[in-house]
Amino acid sequence: MIEIKNLTKTYKTPDGSVEALKDVCITIPDGDIFGIIGMSGAGKSTLVRCINMLERPTEGTILVDGTDMGLLDKKQLRAARRKITMIFQNFNLLMQRNVLKNVCFPLELSGLPKAEAKEKALELLKIVGLEDKANVFPAQLSGGQQQRVAIARALATEPEVLLCDEATSALDPNTTRSILELIRSINEKLGITVIIITHQMSVVETVCRHVAILDNGTVVEQGDVGEVFSKPKTPAARRLVFPEGDTDPVIARDSDETFIRVVFNGGHATSTPLIAQLAIEKGIAANISYASTRNIGDGVYGSMLLGITGGRENIQQAIEYLQKTPGVVAEEVIVRV
Amino acid sequence: MFNNLLSGEAWSEALRILRLEFPAAVWETFYVTLLASLFAFLIGLPLGVLLVAGDKDGVLPLPAWLMRTLGVIINLLRSIPFLILMVLVFPITRAIVGTVVGTPATVVPLVIAAFPFVARLSESSIREIDPNIIEAAQSMGASPLQIIFKVMIPESIPSLISNATIAVTTILGYSAMSGVIGGGGLGKIAMNYGYYRYKYLVMIFAVILLILLVQLFQTFGTKLAIRSDKRLKNRSE
Ligand SMILES: Nc1ncnc2c1ncn2[C@@H]1O[C@H](COP(=O)(O)OP(=O)(O)OP(=O)(O)O)[C@@H](O)[C@H]1O
Ligand SMILES: [Mg+2]
Repeated sequence: MIEIKNLTKTYKTPDGSVEALKDVCITIPDGDIFGIIGMSGAGKSTLVRCINMLERPTEGTILVDGTDMGLLDKKQLRAARRKITMIFQNFNLLMQRNVLKNVCFPLELSGLPKAEAKEKALELLKIVGLEDKANVFPAQLSGGQQQRVAIARALATEPEVLLCDEATSALDPNTTRSILELIRSINEKLGITVIIITHQMSVVETVCRHVAILDNGTVVEQGDVGEVFSKPKTPAARRLVFPEGDTDPVIARDSDETFIRVVFNGGHATSTPLIAQLAIEKGIAANISYASTRNIGDGVYGSMLLGITGGRENIQQAIEYLQKTPGVVAEEVIVRV
Repeated sequence: MFNNLLSGEAWSEALRILRLEFPAAVWETFYVTLLASLFAFLIGLPLGVLLVAGDKDGVLPLPAWLMRTLGVIINLLRSIPFLILMVLVFPITRAIVGTVVGTPATVVPLVIAAFPFVARLSESSIREIDPNIIEAAQSMGASPLQIIFKVMIPESIPSLISNATIAVTTILGYSAMSGVIGGGGLGKIAMNYGYYRYKYLVMIFAVILLILLVQLFQTFGTKLAIRSDKRLKNRSE
């Protein structure tokens, strides 16, 4: 479990101090995939970098499985960092080492004999699907492949936590999806806690179970992804969930319509039949105002905004019906007038 | 003064000197250059690493006064013209080699003149590394020494080789200059025949050979730098 308690980080710059984080409190359970989302400059990178003490907190504590990271000496910290590894937006591979030696690198640092390190690295390359690229140099790989190498490298020391700082931001949507799929399978198979930093809603919707919304250095909302995204309470959260803003043309269109936000969080349903079934079984016609869902593995991820007419009863029924499907959260959207 | 430059007599004499004296001179210049480069690197490269790693936010922060002293010494040595430096370090040369004339003796001032230059070149090579890569290594629990030896130096090898080539060709130039005050090699021949005895043809031969040596080092160095760089795509290995 990772407990971030009252974390504050102030940078001193020549033109005054910048409060990058203010009194941030987040608890991340073991085995979770936790998203931290926010606009550029919100303090996301600062926050992850505080978790492994690449950045020293100005105030507050970071507890990883009860250990206060701030109190570790240099040697203990280096050992702790082998259990909290990290992947980055720009992959940060060693460009003068081939793929295999990149994956061996953290093992080399920990003093594992070469032959053993090599064996393990090859195994990891198999997990990320790059066993045939072992002797190639990073410059000869695509971005997605480089990120896979970085993931293999991050897994080499058998970490308990994987920090991902904008790990998919430099990748196209298809590659992003495949990397997120890989991260999810690692989380499931190896039980590694994953923390994903991103500015993209779709990334959180796709893989995260819990999310914290960071705005201007403070956590404005946190909780279950479905809950937070279906009922964004704060202006900052609404900005992320409805990027079109409060003047959303869809919402402004029909005053009789009420909106339900449906979040698919890995259930076995496919989105379209679900809406069709709603019409057939309950006789409720839903107007899909916005949809961003995708199938990953055998689950559906993403969210939808349904416009429903016909008063409270219909809405209640629709929500109940949708909620019955595993992995689906449906809630009425409170739209400000 | 140039009237006897191309006379048959001048040619035959120059060719005789070329045959008799040049092979040894080329060899002397060659080995003095390489030997001085080697020592200059043994001192300069670690200093270059220190200049980067010892920074306030480097991987191995050193006291600010130490870094400042280091910087001042390097700049000072670099600003003294080589000919003057050579004379200035006579005592050191005498202490190490036992004499201040002759080929081995020129190695000392060459090293003293070149290592600050090499330190700055190495520093700039190492600074080219993406700081994110160093941070990634730190995030994996690398110690400062591991970062220096497993990341900073290996990742900057191609650039270090390019800069080493520049250093070697510069040292070659200095070594020729050392002919003025007792050094051996091509510089000495150019001085002795060209300057003191007005045998310009011999001097021109010496200059041509120096140019060829520079070309040789440069071509070899550039090739090596390119070959060593794994960042280049489309390589076959
Ligand atoms: N080393 C630093 N010195 C001074 N200010 C800094 C430093 N690092 C970050 N900041 C400031 O702290 C704030 C948060 O930066 P941070 O990099 O954490 O944002 P972010 O959410 O990761 O943004 P992005 O999505 O653009 O990566 C910004 O205002 C930034 O200017
Ligand atoms: Mg960032």
